[in-house]
Amino acid sequence: MNHGTRNLLLYVGGLVLVNGLMTGLNLWASYWWAGLFLDFVLIVLMAEQVGHSVPARHRTAYERSLAIGFPILLLIAWEMLVRGGVLNARWFPPPTRIGAALWDLTISYDKFSETSLLGRPWLIPQRLATEGWPGVAALFAESHVWATLGRVFAGFLIGAIPGVFVGMVMGMNRTVRLMLDTTMSAVYVLPKIAIFPIVMLIFANPFGEGPKIAVVAISAFFLVAINTMVGVRDIDPVYIMAGKNYGANRWQMFRHVIFPAALPVIFAGLRLALGTALIVIVAIEFIRAKKGVGYMTFYYWEIMVTDKMYAGLFVVMALGVILTFGLEWIGRRLMPWMRE
Amino acid sequence: MAPKIIARNVGKVYETSRGQVEALVDFSLEVEEGEFVCIVGPSGCGKSTFLRILAGLEPLTSGEYQIAPGDDPNKPLNNVVFQEYAIFPWKTVIENVAFGLQMRGVPKRERTAIAMDWLERVGLRKFADHYPGQISGGMKQRVSIARALANDPEVLLMDEPLGALDAQTRTVMQEELMRIWEETRKTVVYITHSIEESVFLGDRVVLMTAHPGTLKEIFPVDLPRPRSHETTATPAYAELTYAIWQSLQGEVMRAMQEQQA
Repeated sequence: MNHGTRNLLLYVGGLVLVNGLMTGLNLWASYWWAGLFLDFVLIVLMAEQVGHSVPARHRTAYERSLAIGFPILLLIAWEMLVRGGVLNARWFPPPTRIGAALWDLTISYDKFSETSLLGRPWLIPQRLATEGWPGVAALFAESHVWATLGRVFAGFLIGAIPGVFVGMVMGMNRTVRLMLDTTMSAVYVLPKIAIFPIVMLIFANPFGEGPKIAVVAISAFFLVAINTMVGVRDIDPVYIMAGKNYGANRWQMFRHVIFPAALPVIFAGLRLALGTALIVIVAIEFIRAKKGVGYMTFYYWEIMVTDKMYAGLFVVMALGVILTFGLEWIGRRLMPWMRE
Repeated sequence: MAPKIIARNVGKVYETSRGQVEALVDFSLEVEEGEFVCIVGPSGCGKSTFLRILAGLEPLTSGEYQIAPGDDPNKPLNNVVFQEYAIFPWKTVIENVAFGLQMRGVPKRERTAIAMDWLERVGLRKFADHYPGQISGGMKQRVSIARALANDPEVLLMDEPLGALDAQTRTVMQEELMRIWEETRKTVVYITHSIEESVFLGDRVVLMTAHPGTLKEIFPVDLPRPRSHETTATPAYAELTYAIWQSLQGEVMRAMQEQQA
């Protein structure tokens, strides 16, 4: 047999040996960290060995399987550690139970708070037939995910769009930049939880959607404005010279040169702002909401139903991934030249 | 006939935090219509500054200059071909070439046709819908040249346009440039570091002194047109190139010493 196969067999043998010994001698309880470390090293060696012999056309599939494989391995390790008694199932419910909790949350409807996780979308056709659009609207209204997403989108758009404008003006005009820059850096770092009570006072209904969306908007605004300003200032001056030399007036400069030149940086800022919006809204929902994924997660933490709490965290992560992919898709449509 | 470009005692002084810096001193030059003038000088002598002043991208601090308009008052007085190409990565090749026309309000069908014609002339017709990120350096420079020519300016200002290319591509592009220029015979002011290039391309070679830059010497180039690289094998070419280097050498040494000081 050749080098590669021999090495693979060695590593597999090593894995069997380590895990067998530790289970047989009941060492997991005290030395789980050593067992996991050795497992990890052996798996990395195995993966690299496979990587050496992977033909070029399967390379992407191989690398993708590494990316997906690692979290799966973590989940398996987690499951094993709980079953082996190393991790307390109360604080760290095994992934299988979290999956079951997630399923339970999806299909059930809480009559007391009139909420469900996704809003039971399978009922939409039926509601449409019996009650029309108001019935469907009621389904959206009961959804935690939709409550959170609605706040994220509203806050993000209300904050990011003015943020882009102000950032561009700051980037293009020295006076405005000097006036605003320091103040922005100061306000940007204030914890949003701390200014939330102040924002509550401004709104007629302090416990309504207004303050929540406003705080998200504020976070998004400062991040996007500062980032956009840097993006505009970073534009290669040669493009400005070319624009001027070929006769662009102020509006044409903005539309044909400055805006597209800064767009990639602006988009990077939008991506950060969207992620920040999600983080901020979940944090606020912890303390001051009656609906939303953050509220739901915190509720189950308070009553110590940890598997549903973890399910909630998983939903937040999934939302983060979906939002990022969505924004990147939009970016690819808006910036076709960035495709290398 | 009056010269196309007249520059008299042009001077440029920069205000920096460390005091005043003289980039250009008392620089005078006259360029006839249809003439290809090359400006050569050591680094930091202010040749790019002079070009930017001619282009209207920078104000001068003393002296005056004038580019004579032609019969058509709508034609732009000058367009620049930059060293770093400066073609917009977010526009396609053809959108870049049509840019000047678009800024002047030429309708889409007309400007696309003009741009396509110029792309054909620089050999890039197949790449009209590509993005600059997908084409090579030499191709980008051809787009930059096409963009300038499509805009049909009175005068073409070129700031070391072949400087960013490797030596072989550069040699090919020099002949390309001559071929394209022969078709329109525009007035050109061309800045370069390379003496060989300046003699190959130009009708006259203008030498500048080291910083602060002013006129040192002007060499007429009597080689026959159209030019090809066969010309570089002639004794006349070799003698002229050497004569220019002898004149320039002292300035280059001075510039290097000043940088070390």
